[in-house]
Amino acid sequence: MDLNKKIVLPGEEIDINGFKQGNGLYFEDGKYYSYQLGLIQVYNNFVNIIPLSGKYFPSKNDKVIAKVIEIAPSFWVLDINSPYPAFLHVNDTPWKPSSGELAKILNVGDTVYAKVNEITESRQIWLSIKEPGLRKIEGGHIVTVQPSRVSRIIGKGGSMVNMIKESTGVKIQLGQNGVVWLDGEPEKVLEVIRILKFIEEESTASGLTDAVKSRLEKSR
Amino acid sequence: MGMQSDIKLIDENGLRIDGRKPDELRPIKIEVGVLNRADGSAYIEWGGNKILAAVYGPREAFPKHTQNPSRAIVNARYNMAAFSVDERKRPGPDRRAVEISKVISEALEASIFVEQFPRTSIDVYIEVLQADAGTRIAGLTAASVALADAGIPMKDLVVGCAAGKVDGKIVLDLNKEEDNYGEADLPLAIIPRTQEIVLMQMDGNMTREEVREAIEMAKKAALFISNLQKEALRAKYEKGEIQKTEENSNEGVNKGE
Repeated sequence: MDLNKKIVLPGEEIDINGFKQGNGLYFEDGKYYSYQLGLIQVYNNFVNIIPLSGKYFPSKNDKVIAKVIEIAPSFWVLDINSPYPAFLHVNDTPWKPSSGELAKILNVGDTVYAKVNEITESRQIWLSIKEPGLRKIEGGHIVTVQPSRVSRIIGKGGSMVNMIKESTGVKIQLGQNGVVWLDGEPEKVLEVIRILKFIEEESTASGLTDAVKSRLEKSR
Repeated sequence: MGMQSDIKLIDENGLRIDGRKPDELRPIKIEVGVLNRADGSAYIEWGGNKILAAVYGPREAFPKHTQNPSRAIVNARYNMAAFSVDERKRPGPDRRAVEISKVISEALEASIFVEQFPRTSIDVYIEVLQADAGTRIAGLTAASVALADAGIPMKDLVVGCAAGKVDGKIVLDLNKEEDNYGEADLPLAIIPRTQEIVLMQMDGNMTREEVREAIEMAKKAALFISNLQKEALRAKYEKGEIQKTEENSNEGVNKGE
């Protein structure tokens, strides 16, 4: 249907056409309106607005890249690029430090690849790194992209990100919060950053995978 | 307002000092996403006004005691550059700037879904680079575009326009001379979809009938400016769309997502 992929602005009336109200819409006087700038998408009979800009809002089980900003007696406070800080308790880590030694494991400024474990009613975000693949990040480069564009960078079943990895040989770790960790040869890393910016800007275009492919081939 | 002069603000043909008809707006140009470090930004040129608006947030509200556990606070700061007016303006917030910041914050808050972001603040910075009357409304118009650019949920884009009384006539969108030597100025901002008034002030004197006429005139103009805001936003975000439709025709499959 032609509702799909249309750009809407806040306050624009949306005829949801028998579908259900999803994210990004509000209901007033019998009509539905968009409350955010974004793309309309119909998914599982729900009409959603996919935001094109804005901050990251965590949801459970998201994998994020977080930076330690504060150390408390039994947990760390981390920045996940969202309006609210996130917390990581020692019990949710593979390490067992004796009290007061948290800084020896993760100090302020260190980065971890973590999972959103729980979001409490009062919007406290608790992370966990007790799962295979989750870890403290060492070395490499950190860049940030628009959180809503992360799914575009990953591509269907990881097609986009795998193509970039194979072509450049750079290790890439994407956080749902728009933070990206890159490790590899400096020139290649710079090339990947340029490609990420390109995907970010052109994320509403389709045929993007092919466009990126040709860029990658040119740079080789 | 109220200054005396012998300049004729409306000539014998009914045209104004800058050649406009009584219900004619000054030219307006809006640009979106002009600042890279802000979460959202906009630049507006409205007649002789040149104004930048930047939005940051929602982010954790500081100092902490200003946080509201049930909603976000909207902090707008209206600031005039020292070089924005003929005679150097003493920098920093003065009585006038504090007042304007407050009414703009409240006008924007009426449209933003503040309940969605408890304990945060949404900061809006409005910098007047060049002033030529009607800056609060021009700043507010740019600010709501910047809010949309920042992806902040809101009912609609707040938009406004001023109307006033000059040489005994009700006119739209006063310029500096008309503002200084005219009889009344009435800035007004609305939520265009519902036409709910979110900001209205008046300086000078008008009769009840004249106020009614001025409000109608400003509302009508605001709805026109609302379309300019939307066009500006679409111009930025629909860039990739043109390419998309071209490619879709021979491809038919959406990759990614």
